[in-house]
Amino acid sequence: MPDLPDPFVLAGKEYTSRLIVGTGKYKDFAETKQAIEASGAEIVTVAVRRVNITDPNKENLLDYIDPKQYTILPNTAGCYTVEDAVRTCRLAREAGVGNMVKLEVIGDPKTLFPDIPGTLEAAKLLVDDGFIVLPYIHDDPISCQKLEDMGCAAVMPLAAPIGSGLGICNPYNIRIILEHSKIPVIVDAGVGTASDATVALEMGCDAVLMNTAIAAAKDPILMAEAMRLGVDAGRKAYLAGRMGKKLYATASSPLGDLIE
Amino acid sequence: MTVRLNGDERECREGATIANLVEELGLGKKRIAVEVNQDIIPHEEYVHHGLKHGDEVEIVHFVGGGC
Repeated sequence: MPDLPDPFVLAGKEYTSRLIVGTGKYKDFAETKQAIEASGAEIVTVAVRRVNITDPNKENLLDYIDPKQYTILPNTAGCYTVEDAVRTCRLAREAGVGNMVKLEVIGDPKTLFPDIPGTLEAAKLLVDDGFIVLPYIHDDPISCQKLEDMGCAAVMPLAAPIGSGLGICNPYNIRIILEHSKIPVIVDAGVGTASDATVALEMGCDAVLMNTAIAAAKDPILMAEAMRLGVDAGRKAYLAGRMGKKLYATASSPLGDLIE
Repeated sequence: MTVRLNGDERECREGATIANLVEELGLGKKRIAVEVNQDIIPHEEYVHHGLKHGDEVEIVHFVGGGC
């Protein structure tokens, strides 16, 4: 049966996949490429770092991940100030992969939680500078509303701390964010396994972004496929509309015409 | 003359441009961005932009990363 058209629209562009994947923590670029292919992702995140001057001819990530085939989403991971985050975005844009960025202004190295005032300030500067801004933010409906109001293209509330694999820790907040948001809601960070991704999509999130859950699996390629299927299952369940929950049983076989 | 390139000192000949430096490093065809003294230099200016003694040069590219 052919799938019904159900595009994920982000900043005016249609995508088939609702899974966005990172490119960090893989054993090599070949494995990164295979995992991305298995995940079916069309948007991949990358980090911006200094070129290794002592060996500048070393292989480059973009030799494996073709920017013509994938939407490259540079992040500002590792930025603890508004200035560093904005500077990193501007460098990424100059490096020639477009103007969509995953904004992170990190507040603390132990939790890697976002610095909310810093994220809001940087988002405003970047939107005003013509960027398509996808901010990583707490599962906080108020911050998400403010980011939407200032013109971000999506909000990316965390499911749990980055790299923790704890899954969606506060589904009630995510539900409130979903209820109020008129822009895509992408759960970013904290997903641990395929069922976590399914839950996010079942709730009505538009997409999910992950890295460690795939890269740190014993078999990253297989997990990438599991995530693809988990996201698809969650989306289809959301569209199908789940049955209501009841406390007592309701028989699904006819109650009459039993043998005596 | 000496510039500071990605945090390390590097000798450049007098009058060298960013284009010269980028070629010397074998980065001519790579997706990179260059900053001199915290100003981003557009690609089309690499051939004109002369480096000066003491310039702080940053050359960045994309690496694997998620969050």
